Amino acid sequence: MRVLLTGVSSWLGSRLARRLEAREEVEYLLALDLLPPREELERTEFLRFDLRSPLVYRILEGARVDTVVHLGLMATPRRAGGREELKERNVIATMQLAAACQRHLPLRKLVMRSTTAVYGSSPRDPALFAEEAAGRGRAGEGYARDALEAEEYVAALGRRRPEVCLTVLRFANFIGASIDSALSLYFSLPVVPTAFGFDPRFQLVHEEDALEVLEKAVLEDHPGVFNVAPEDILYLSKALRILRKIPLPVLPPLASAAASLLGRLGVVDISPEQVAFLLWGRVVDPGKFLREFGRILRYSSEGALRDFAARRAASPAEPRAPAWEEEVRRFLARLSGGSLGRGA
Amino acid sequence: MDEAADGLRDVLASVGRALEFLRARALGEYPLDPVGFDPELTAGIVAPAVRLLKAYFRVRVKGAARVPEEGPCLLVANHSGTLPLDAVVIAYCLYDEHPRHRIPRILAADLTFRLPFVGELARKTGSTLACEEDARRLLEKGEVVLVFPEGYKGVGKGYSRRYRLQRFGRAGYIQVAAEMGAPVVPVAVVGAEEAYPKVGEIPFLGRLFGLPYFPVTPLFPWLGPLGLLPLPSRWVVEFGEPMHLGGLEERGKEDPMALFEMSERVKGIIQEMLHRNLMERGHPFF
Repeated sequence: MRVLLTGVSSWLGSRLARRLEAREEVEYLLALDLLPPREELERTEFLRFDLRSPLVYRILEGARVDTVVHLGLMATPRRAGGREELKERNVIATMQLAAACQRHLPLRKLVMRSTTAVYGSSPRDPALFAEEAAGRGRAGEGYARDALEAEEYVAALGRRRPEVCLTVLRFANFIGASIDSALSLYFSLPVVPTAFGFDPRFQLVHEEDALEVLEKAVLEDHPGVFNVAPEDILYLSKALRILRKIPLPVLPPLASAAASLLGRLGVVDISPEQVAFLLWGRVVDPGKFLREFGRILRYSSEGALRDFAARRAASPAEPRAPAWEEEVRRFLARLSGGSLGRGA
Repeated sequence: MDEAADGLRDVLASVGRALEFLRARALGEYPLDPVGFDPELTAGIVAPAVRLLKAYFRVRVKGAARVPEEGPCLLVANHSGTLPLDAVVIAYCLYDEHPRHRIPRILAADLTFRLPFVGELARKTGSTLACEEDARRLLEKGEVVLVFPEGYKGVGKGYSRRYRLQRFGRAGYIQVAAEMGAPVVPVAVVGAEEAYPKVGEIPFLGRLFGLPYFPVTPLFPWLGPLGLLPLPSRWVVEFGEPMHLGGLEERGKEDPMALFEMSERVKGIIQEMLHRNLMERGHPFF
């Protein structure tokens, strides 16, 4: 199996690369991203690459890739340098990648990380979303819309190349001490702003479980679109009690203003669709996923949150350094021959 | 002496239970179902509050034991009273008087979930959006589901049209019940119409607040928030005989008329129960 992995600069991407390079089945692993991986990788070949370039076909062909793992979708605009840039990177990159995959005949499999945000959040939502419920009417704007459009390109690839095994994994919100998901940051605030009079329902996927699912999808064949989430749910109120956090209720009309203020101050990046999420929440039906993948999740939503709380208590809030600092750290570590870097 | 000690022990035990309840709530140690139902909150806090409402309306409950002891079941009720208090009272009456204390899951309009606090409380007490997916999901899990096929047309009709059933939606609820093999239990509520007699409405205020109607009752909006106090009418809640819809699903596929006819039959039965209970109740207030 010759694998191409996108989005390797994220925690999820780096860790998945680590797992895949440890597998015999994976003969060759090529990782692409604009930024280098978070951790030292052994036999993974890293190539600094902007997926929006049509050169991606030449790479697929040259490296004789048969499996593409697309983790490149990004949720938070500020990290990507603004909303427009984010849309480019999410949608245009997937468009190019899907087109290249279609032309690249030896391709056997494509695994794409998507999000349950494609269902949107509104008071008119059913209690649980099944996979068929996604659609333009629901997704709204922003990241959710990007993810949906990216999925559409991948689905089109599936129609034109039915022999390719396509797996689209719509993950519920990630949580974990290492992963930098929007909710992990939100839950790390000293006082947590909530919408006054609203208590959203949601599910949480533990970071280790997310890796497990991605790895399984790469190594085994599980074609289809899946909601990846545990069966149990949390209310925001219950989550904050578990985390021993103090909620700060904000009147909903002020919530968007408060969110953008927090964003501008660099405290936490909350986008408009995440404000909707904090009002209405979102719960998906993981039935199809659990039937196909079996008992793969080790953590329930509540278990994942309790694990997050325990780990946070053990090693309180390590500040997240920008990626370039990480590179400098690694450079210095190489110079001194010692290990100044953290965790790697 | 022993009696006093026993009494003290009982008091201490119930204080202990209350403290344990509060501790578990504060630490987030309580179960939830995926739809959002919080059984401990519902039984521990909400039910005792609704008990007061039941006492206030002097509700007479008939036939709660006719609701099956287990398995899926669809309660179909008339909807009335300007504010949907009837849903809360029906749900509580079944919980209170059913041998197995079943808690019905109410299917509510999306407006419910748009309102602050109301939406949150509705979810936590087990309600969900009135849509076929959610009805099917709850019945599949063997729950008792409470629907109001009249919707806004029923709850928002004027006092002059009291106890006259409105159109029963598009019979979607019958289809779901037939599909899931759930018996239908007709439910008739008498009394809600007099609790908030809607004598008129103010269309422009309704549009302003995004509400289906802005009601005028003898007390509201003249008395402000005090006008929201319901009048102490006398209520009767009757659960009818379960109706089994065996084979209707197959027939309904070829012949949608069969579903509409069944819906009309259910409506007819509820209308009949309403008339009977209205006669029996006598004066609405005394």
